[in-house]
Amino acid sequence: MVQKEIVLQKQMADVIIVGGGPAGISAATILARAGKKVVVIERGNFAGSKNVFGGAIYAKPTAEIFPNFEEEAPLERCNTEHRYALLGEDDGTVISYKNPIHCQKGETNSYTVIRAKWDRWCAEQAKKEGAYIVTETIVREIIIKESKVVGIKTDLEEFYAPITIIADGVNSLLTKQLGLRKETQPKEVALGIKEVITLSKEKIQDRFNLDDKTGVIYTIAGGPMLGMLGLGYIYTNQESISIGVGVSLEELQKRNIKPYEILNELKEHPSIAPLIKDGDLKEYSAHLIPEGGYNSMPKILGNGFMVAGDAAMFVNNVHWEGTNLAMLSGKLAAETAIVALEQNDFSEHTLELYKKKLKHSFILKDLKTYRNVIPTLEHNASAFLGFYPKKINEFMEMFTSVDSIPKRQKYRTFIKNIFKERNLFKIALDMLKLLKLVWGVIVR
Amino acid sequence: MSNIKGVPQNVEDKLFSVKYKPCEKSHLQPTPSDCARCKTKPCTTFCPAKVYVWDEEGNQLLVGYENCLECGACRIGCTYQSIKWEYPEGGCGVTFKNG
Ligand SMILES: Cc1cc2nc3c(=O)[nH]c(=O)nc-3n(C[C@H](O)[C@H](O)[C@H](O)COP(=O)(O)OP(=O)(O)OC[C@H]3O[C@@H](n4cnc5c(N)ncnc54)[C@H](O)[C@@H]3O)c2cc1C
Ligand code: SF4
Ligand code: SF4
Repeated sequence: MVQKEIVLQKQMADVIIVGGGPAGISAATILARAGKKVVVIERGNFAGSKNVFGGAIYAKPTAEIFPNFEEEAPLERCNTEHRYALLGEDDGTVISYKNPIHCQKGETNSYTVIRAKWDRWCAEQAKKEGAYIVTETIVREIIIKESKVVGIKTDLEEFYAPITIIADGVNSLLTKQLGLRKETQPKEVALGIKEVITLSKEKIQDRFNLDDKTGVIYTIAGGPMLGMLGLGYIYTNQESISIGVGVSLEELQKRNIKPYEILNELKEHPSIAPLIKDGDLKEYSAHLIPEGGYNSMPKILGNGFMVAGDAAMFVNNVHWEGTNLAMLSGKLAAETAIVALEQNDFSEHTLELYKKKLKHSFILKDLKTYRNVIPTLEHNASAFLGFYPKKINEFMEMFTSVDSIPKRQKYRTFIKNIFKERNLFKIALDMLKLLKLVWGVIVR
Repeated sequence: MSNIKGVPQNVEDKLFSVKYKPCEKSHLQPTPSDCARCKTKPCTTFCPAKVYVWDEEGNQLLVGYENCLECGACRIGCTYQSIKWEYPEGGCGVTFKNG
């Protein structure tokens, strides 16, 4: 064995990328395709081995980076349906939008994938383009010289390049090390846990009303998360389903609840249990989701570096879109790096182009649009995520049950009960907040 | 392949489905003086892998780092944000096959 401390080899590249997730690999692919010398450093055994998501990847942004992915990549199912389930304690209301067109060529919207296979495939494409991917290696430190980022340090080696793209995900120890952000706070992240449950193809297709290619996404509110800032989800894979919850870490911390107990309860809910009955646990996993959005973004560029993906808090926390923002921000960072390399100027001033590109894209626009949604829900969780969802289910119960009570009397009792539990003033205030929120999303 | 019959309720059994490569030393170092004064010890409940257990008799926090899923929740959610938290050495720790 060579002594670690002695052999600190030095390597040179045009661009160093930290992190082999969607952001890092997309950047690497674009750069390598343009003939640049790129090194990606990934801490896992292979790209994807440390990564967990819901999840679905989105066809259009993916095709911008991997044009042939629909023919070649390991995809599970193309999603033609999205169901929104609003669960009460034991009851539930589900609305669904289904459009078979989303499984037709040129019209696909999203695909379920398994990150261990998907990220790995993406990394292989980057490699084919000429990127150099180093796995099982942790970037411990960013090297700064004369207030410029000039490279990175791993346990064994140093790599030098005029540009470093930091795409180290939600925990981003490196942006913190560089002082680009304060320590993340519990309310700025959600803890996601997930179980992949094996079920036969036939069972999945029967239970979810699918054929052998199509899939369905469930977004689930309420149930064990009534009154809580948290959502559940189900995604269908070829021969398994992914089910999980994402709950604000602050909620978990304050209420002293165990995340897996919430998931256990969700799986027992009468609206969910039949879907996963008799399945076997294939894998349990956990990962954080950045929730802070626009208000929590770190400084995303400076002399010699740019930050992309989750590390920059680029997640649309209302729609749970993350991989698309990661891929696109990686692509924009790569395009900026190409310009900088051509001009041989790696100053903050030149790299400002990255921010300009982000501003023109949906990334910063969407993050800005939704910047007040999570704070509003957080402050009004018991009303918007507890009281009203319960009432909607009670309304459905009243509306659908047949019991020889005159309908008008039922309506009146229902309305009377609402005002008994929450006074008119509070309800008016809630409506005002809701209007303000919608106004903020659509107009401002 | 670790594929257990049915879906277990308790987290210890759930963790049997996860593939790990053991690391020699712990990548999680809580600050004992903080743990002693920490009232609710939230890490013992929110950690998805039940890595932290409070040992009442020994008046100390036990850290089953081998089960860590490397999510980072304890890094952010520790009452005093005083866990020295690192990634386990390259190639060690969890490998998700179905993330
Ligand atoms: C429960 C859950 C459900 C989600 N569902 C969806 C969904 O359905 N659709 C969707 O689009 N998005 C979803 N997201 C969000 C999405 O997963 C992320 O936004 C996306 O993975 C971000 O990509 P990234 O490349 O920025 O970061 P990551 O995917 O986290 O990649 C970062 C990489 O960097 C590596 N790394 C970190 N630090 C270092 C270091 N110091 N040295 C070397 N390597 C390092 C990591 O191992 C990792 O591979 C979900 C997230 C969660 C947690
Ligand atoms: S939350 Fe932090 S301080 Fe409290 S017991 Fe856990 S590690 Fe110790
Ligand atoms: S990183 Fe996550 S799984 Fe590991 S100890 Fe901390 S909370 Fe538990």
